[in-house]
Amino acid sequence: MKPPAFRYHAPRTLEEAVRLANELPNPRLLAGGQSLLPMLNFRLLAPDHVIDLNRVAGLAGIEETATGIVFGAMTRQRDIEFSPIVKRRLPLLSEAIQWVGHRQTRNRGTIGGSLCHLDPSAEQPTVAIAMDATVSIAGPGATRELPMREFALDLMTSALADGEILASVRIAPWANSHGWAFIEFARRHGDYAIVSVAVLLELDDQQRVTRASITLGGVASTPVRVQQAEAALLGSRVEAGDIEAAAACCALVEALGDPQVPAWYRQRLARTLTARALPIALARARGDKQ
Amino acid sequence: MSSMPTPDSTAAATPPDDEAMMQISLKVNGREITCRVAERKHLADFLRQDLQLTGTHLGCEHGVCGACTIWVDGVTARSCLMLAVQADGCELRTVESLATEGPDGHGLSPLQQAFWDRHGLQCGYCTPGILMSLTELLRDDPAPTEEAVRITLSGHLCRCTGYQNIVAAALDAAARIRSAV
Repeated sequence: MKPPAFRYHAPRTLEEAVRLANELPNPRLLAGGQSLLPMLNFRLLAPDHVIDLNRVAGLAGIEETATGIVFGAMTRQRDIEFSPIVKRRLPLLSEAIQWVGHRQTRNRGTIGGSLCHLDPSAEQPTVAIAMDATVSIAGPGATRELPMREFALDLMTSALADGEILASVRIAPWANSHGWAFIEFARRHGDYAIVSVAVLLELDDQQRVTRASITLGGVASTPVRVQQAEAALLGSRVEAGDIEAAAACCALVEALGDPQVPAWYRQRLARTLTARALPIALARARGDKQ
Repeated sequence: MSSMPTPDSTAAATPPDDEAMMQISLKVNGREITCRVAERKHLADFLRQDLQLTGTHLGCEHGVCGACTIWVDGVTARSCLMLAVQADGCELRTVESLATEGPDGHGLSPLQQAFWDRHGLQCGYCTPGILMSLTELLRDDPAPTEEAVRITLSGHLCRCTGYQNIVAAALDAAARIRSAV
């Protein structure tokens, strides 16, 4: 058997799951399993207890509320991919989710699992940071909310304390007329991106940018908003020089380097992908036919 | 099609005394099964070792190669990325179920026949997983584009064919299924 020995628990309620997570020594939460199972098979992790969230009632689903679209943490990527609500209200997420793994892994993988695993190249945390998502965390006796930017602490490190469980994530849609683009570069379709970029734009009736969000995935230890690039676009009509200025800001973000992908390469990709994504988002914000 | 032995008849399923075990009930290829399984055993090992359904192959065991792809409750999943205990109450379908799709309940399914005719496999190691993914594609989209076939295949690694004959077989099978309806 590949995985190390552990005891398996399948609680039916969130309260029970939180109780187990607090009482059991060295536990690990199992969501969709598309990252945890490889880590167990490789024996990179050796939990004494695995708490499976797949049978917890009420932890999956997509709901349209007054303050945003709320995703239960165990909502599967497949259900996000085929959700009409997501397609209509959160087109950036709809576009990004198609880059997540493959059909065979999206059938199991969950949004909450990805947000907690926090691979620096993963698409869902990048979208959550691009759209200023809010996460809801269940702990013993209390629930707390955190902005995604404070939840993503560092490389594969969330702000979840021991015994806490991510319950849901809320994303407020932008104006219906906004433009969006999500593109990434990977060696093969379905691999983690080397670099990804998420862009959101809103324009006034003079075609000037009133709101902008530019986020890079895979460059730093967590997805990172490039505020200088956003500032370069605000008030502009996104002409060629503005795009070049914003893209140049993205090349200045401090990047991770490794033997396969040096930092300078990630920075260059960040610049190139931003320069490609901005015209797509702009055309959509203007309502041009694709 | 090979017959399925009873789960407790296989030596490979005998665990050490201190192995944590759990009883599960599930349906595999239409057959109800109740048995005890090690809590840490992944689903692919359970299918192969405990149920002797060795048609499901294991390549990488970390979700990359796709050889172990099966159906769980009507959709594809990597059986190396699920624990067997998670399949409690589920309905599974493995490659062994496909050959019952032919005429009179035996013989190759139209997709399998197209693989045969188009030389869609060489060593055959990746084939069971690819068949399960393409069977899902053809169910959901009876007239897939070549691009849709290739996107489906992106979740699988084949080191023999270069994929061309697999794509041809999938498109051929789709046409055969459409013309048979």
